[in-house]
Parts: sequence; structure tokens; C-alpha cells
Amino acid sequence: MADVLRFRDDDPVDHPAVTVDSYIQQANSAAVRVEPGDDARALIPYLDGLRLIEVNFPAFTDGRGYSAARVLREAGYQGELRAVGDVLVDQLFALRRCGFDAFEPDRPLDPADAQAALARWDHVYQPAADDRAPIWALRHPVTHG
Amino acid sequence: MKILTGNDLKTGAVTWWTGYDWSLHVEDAIDAGAEAESIAAREEAARRVNAPYVIAGERTEKGVRPAHIKDRIRALGPTVRPDLTLKPADPEAGNWVI
Amino acid sequence: MYRYDTYDQQMVDTRVAEFRDQVARRLAGKITEDQFKPLRLMNGLYLQLHAYMLRVAIPYGTLDSRQMHALADIADKYDRGYGHFTTRQNIQYNWIKLAEAPDILADLAAVEMHAIQTSGNCIRNISSDHFAGAAADEVVDPRPYAELLRQWSSFHPEFTALPRKFKIAVIASETDRAAMKLHDIGIRMVRNDAGEIGAQFWVGGGMGRTPMIAPCINEFVPVDSLVTYCEAALRVYNRHGRRDNKYKARIKILVHELGADEYRRQVEEEFAHLQAQGIEPPLAELERISAFFADPPFEKDLPRGVDRSDPDFALWVDTNTVPHKVPGYVAAVISLKPVGGIPGDATSDQMRLMADLARAYSFDEMRVTHTQNIALPHVRQADLYTLWKKLDEAGLGTANLDQAGDIIACPGLDYCSLANARSIPVAQKLSERLAPNAAELGELKIKISGCINACGHHHAGHIGILGVDRKGTENYQLLLGGSEAEDTSLAKIVGPGFDEAGIVDAVETATGVYLAQRTKGERFLDTYRRIGIEPFKEALYG
Repeated sequence: MADVLRFRDDDPVDHPAVTVDSYIQQANSAAVRVEPGDDARALIPYLDGLRLIEVNFPAFTDGRGYSAARVLREAGYQGELRAVGDVLVDQLFALRRCGFDAFEPDRPLDPADAQAALARWDHVYQPAADDRAPIWALRHPVTHG
Repeated sequence: MKILTGNDLKTGAVTWWTGYDWSLHVEDAIDAGAEAESIAAREEAARRVNAPYVIAGERTEKGVRPAHIKDRIRALGPTVRPDLTLKPADPEAGNWVI
Repeated sequence: MYRYDTYDQQMVDTRVAEFRDQVARRLAGKITEDQFKPLRLMNGLYLQLHAYMLRVAIPYGTLDSRQMHALADIADKYDRGYGHFTTRQNIQYNWIKLAEAPDILADLAAVEMHAIQTSGNCIRNISSDHFAGAAADEVVDPRPYAELLRQWSSFHPEFTALPRKFKIAVIASETDRAAMKLHDIGIRMVRNDAGEIGAQFWVGGGMGRTPMIAPCINEFVPVDSLVTYCEAALRVYNRHGRRDNKYKARIKILVHELGADEYRRQVEEEFAHLQAQGIEPPLAELERISAFFADPPFEKDLPRGVDRSDPDFALWVDTNTVPHKVPGYVAAVISLKPVGGIPGDATSDQMRLMADLARAYSFDEMRVTHTQNIALPHVRQADLYTLWKKLDEAGLGTANLDQAGDIIACPGLDYCSLANARSIPVAQKLSERLAPNAAELGELKIKISGCINACGHHHAGHIGILGVDRKGTENYQLLLGGSEAEDTSLAKIVGPGFDEAGIVDAVETATGVYLAQRTKGERFLDTYRRIGIEPFKEALYG
């Protein structure tokens, strides 16, 4: 298995992911792989039974996986969300913001470059699937009491 | 003849393969022949050129000329700004471009 | 004008550092050109015909003198002393070195500017009405909404790899000065019967290979849901827009293939879902932004009218100034289309002069118009003569706004690696040929593109010209009857194409048909719409 960059403490799933179609026909795996053309929302009824959802990026320029990730996180999925395939250093930050907490790139990433890319931005303009407060929330803190 | 051209990675300047290096002047271009594609791949990998490609050209009395208008404009500079071309002092310089 | 706070400044500064790092990794061979290309494009950097080209964002076309001076300095320091203002209210430099690009971005950041998302398959710089804040007919100033969307769309994590580029325009008048319905999303701010402000959404317009006029997707999105609705519209596109064919990847194709009703249904469904996600900024944020766009301190009870004793000045006033919402002021447009000149180009000295004049006479504000001119939005009529004199001395006093000489032209094959034919020489020759007759011809919008991508808006020209490659030679098709204004229409190809000299003759012939057939008060476009294409065909090919 290629190196996995993982931001979780739980043990990884030890068996391969199945396709969305086969998973929906027979939900007997804890791991599923979403391809760019798959409708991630089809998995929503099954999220409780899933511990790993891989989202495949056959080409880094195909951005459907970003929406798939957010859709899954917005539906309450708490398990591992792993970006696999053509995953590059300069996509890591946006992927992380969309809810990915693991990366399995086809080609290994330079660890220092990856770390720098993930640490670069102190602030963000918009909320996403991470817990960062957008700049507008910092400008207008909600006062309590 | 087959000419190999591209842009300098750092400056973006249009360059032409001379057989051992890259030149700003199309007159220096050589016939890269059957090896053009492999030279392009090698030079790009070494970052001595960016986005190289092979074009048709011909050797005339005044030097090598690309066959297509786009590469002739690349070879000289914008036709609407002769002052910014490679030969700003020569009013006849662009006669072969169009 | 909007001013950055420490957060905004930190965002552009971080972007400079990020791009500096990306360029260093590219030069060191750690990333390939294929990997680097989307990164440089999202920082406005193209590889063009002669060099790298940098497109700098001018959000909603608004800038002040300090920023214009910085643009002039960049032209001198890193380029060749000039820049090209574009149809999306931006500026491009044609002779940029990759290794210097991060330094340019740093210089821009120092004056609250950037080149973020001026290219690439992402949400592009947001354009707007160039008379925003000055127009008498606007419901509200559209720019605060554009700024709200600028921040929302900047580095949006979900929309960094869309099927294709995505252009948004925001206007707030019945009169459309931003080609709103020819954008991926056109937004018109409106007021409902209850007096509330909301956003009308027109989605799926565009030019390019398959020109389409956007259908209305929602008549009234409440202003407290603007960002959420945009996010829904984009998510449907990101998930379902075509990725199998580059030429069918724009949202116009998705909306067309689904039908406007089905697209609307999907957006509404996503919108309902997203409303529970808490992504909408509070109205306090819109109020914070709006405060930056408050009226400058206009003087009351100014004298109206101008001294028309200088006929050249009177002509310029008649053609290049438009009424202002405050009596005694006008909006004045500086033409970047001198007869025989290169449309949209300005030298660094001209930029500095325009900046200084804006500071002296227009509350330090300029606007880039989508017609590639520079507007001074708030000029006292009493200052117009002095202003015009100074412009005229610098070759910037051409009186031809919206006339035959006010030609939109893309850079074409002189600069652009996508082009099939040159646009600028055609514009230059047409402008010279039609100049003697320009006043007589009145409003006539000529738009020239050097390839099918339509950066020169040829589909929307009263007279459009499309340059094509015919067996290695330049050839030009003539189109008639387009409009980018509120009466949006797409121009039709008249017949077989012409060479460069032939297209200039053909345009003159078409104007001859107009002059012979027009009735009183008709513009070229009105006559064309009344009599149809046949009389033009007859004159051109008969």
C-alpha cells in the first residue's frame, strides 16, 4: 500500500474498499470507494455502517470529489474520508477543508512541502467542512448574554 | 524541415532549437528531423524549455521561416508594435510574417 | 471604495507567499508544467505567444489613483511600459517573466490588489456596472454584493477545479452595462413590492463557441441568502457539469441540456439543504462592506451645464459623458480607442495621468469599463473643460464612446496563443475608415474576436467580426445584430468570410445599408432588427 497521510487516531480499515454500486447492493463492507461520476448522496442512508470512504481523483483537475466530500460531511459522516489518486501538494489544503482527513496519493508527496501547504493559511473566507471560523465570523463575533 | 520551438521557462521568451541550445532568433533554428519529439521531451524534462512543440518550416534565402502565421508572429513579435519586436530598427523586418 | 482590513491583507500576502513557493518548486523541477499550469492560471499567469502574460484583477472594475499608479509602475518595472484593459474590467501585461511574477503579486498586495482567480477553472473576478454608485437608474450600488461574493469565491475550497471557468457579473439597474445575461451567473439586484432588496439570478449565459443568453433561474433571492444561493448554483454545476468535453463544460451547456426548470429544481433542492449549513455571512458583514461604498461628499446646488464655446470640447461632452445621479456631476469616459490605436492599451504615463485626474476631479475613483475604456464616475460639470484639455493633450480626449471607433477587440494573434487571426489590425483599420462618418453613424458597437472563444464579444456586437484560420491565412466572418445590453441578442453570421481588407470594406458596406434604410432616430441595431439580414446580404454578396 502507498503511503497514507492520515489525520485520525483510530485504526485504519484493513480491507479494500468496494464500489458504490456493489456496496449499495450488499452493504457488507466498512469501506467504499466513490468515483467522480458517483452520486455521493446515494451513500447517505448507509453512513452509520461505514468507517472508510475513499474518494478517487483519477486526475487532480476533476473537482467533483471536493463536492462529494462536503456532501458526506454535511450528512454527518464521521468516519475516515480519504482522497486517493492524483492527489498533489497544492490540493491538500482545499481537500482538507472539504472534509478529507486522509490522503493516499499515487506518487509520494514531499513531507515538508505537504506540511507547509497545510499550515499556510491562517484564515479562510468561507465556512466548509472543517471547523475553521470564516473571516466574517471573526469580524462579527457573536456576543453571548 | 521540422523546427523545434518553445518558451524559456523562467522568462517566457520564445526560443528555437539550434541543435545544442535554444536561441531567441528563428534564423538559428535547425532541422530537428525525426528526433524533434525526443529532443523536446528531454529538454523539457531538464527545464531548459517550457511547452515545446514541433512545427513545419522552410529554409529561405533570409533564414529559417515557420510555415504557419502564428509561429511567424511568435518569431518576430506583435505586428502592431514593431518597436517591441526583435528587430525594432528594421522597418522591413516584418515583411515575411504576414 | 472597499479597503482591506488586516484579514484581507493577510489573505493576499499569504497568496503571494504561496505562489512564490509554487514558482520555486516549479523552477526546481518539483512540479511539472501540467501540475503547475492550474496554479499559475489561478494567479492570472498565462503562457502566451511571446512571453508569460499576467492578468491582474480589478474587482468590479473599481480602482483609485494609488492603485492605478501601482499598475503603471508594474508596467515600467516588469513589463514594457504599457498594459491592456480587458472586457472583464481587468488589466493584462504581455511581457512577464515567471521568476518575477511573485514580486509583481507582492507589489499588487501592497496596494490592496491581486491576480487571484483571474484565470483557471474557478470563479473568476466579479464584474459589475462601471457606473455603479453614479448611475441615476440604479436600485442600489451593486458593488457591495460583488465584494461579498469576491470574498466568498476567493480560495473557495470546493470550487477550485470546476469543469470550466466561471464568470459572475452583478448589476443593479434596468440598463445593463455589464453584459449580465452573457455570464455564467448574471445577478441583477432588484427591489420587490415590499421594498426589500433581493437578487435576480440569470444562469447559463455566455459567448464562446456556443453563445447563449442566460435564462432567469430565480426572480428574487433574498439578500440574506445571496451567498448560499450562489453556493447551491455552483455545487450543482461542479457535481453535474460535463467533464467529458472541454467545449461542453461551461454551465450554459448544463443548463441547456437539463433545461432551466430542472436546473432550477436542483439548485432549489441544494439551496434548501445548504440553508441549514450556516454558510451565509450575517447581514452585518454586508453592512460593513456597504459602508465603504457610501457616496463621496457630493456638493449640493452645483451649477449645471457646460460652456460649449469650444466645439471639440462640446463634442466630447456630448459623446463621452453621461448623466449622474447628483445634479451638477457627470460620469466621464476616457476613451482608450484613439483613431487607429490599439483598443484598450494604455501606456504607463497615460495610466498615471488618468490616476492624477481621477484624484483631482473624481473623488479619487476610476472604473474600467467592459468596453476597455476608463470611466471617471463623479466629475463636476464645472471641471469638465480642464479635465478634457488635459486628456486631449495626452491623446486621451477621443470623442467616440459607443460609436464606430469605440471598438472592442481581443489581443488576437498579435499576442494570444489561442487566436486564429489578428484582431487589432482590423480594429485599427476600421477605426480609421469609419472615423470621418462616426458621428453620422451614431451608436454602433463593433466587437472583434480573433478566435471562437469570443473574448472580443463578437456575438454581442451590433457588428461582430470573428477571425478564423482558413488554410493558414487569416479570414474574417461578419456578424450582425448582437447586443450585450438589456436588449441582449446574439449576432448572426451574414455569409462567407473576407480577408483583412475585405472585412473592412464589408463593414463599411453594412453601415451604408443602415444609412440608406434608417428611419429617424434609429440606431444601426434598430434598423437591422426592423429590416432583417437580407438587405445586408444583398449589398455584401448580391
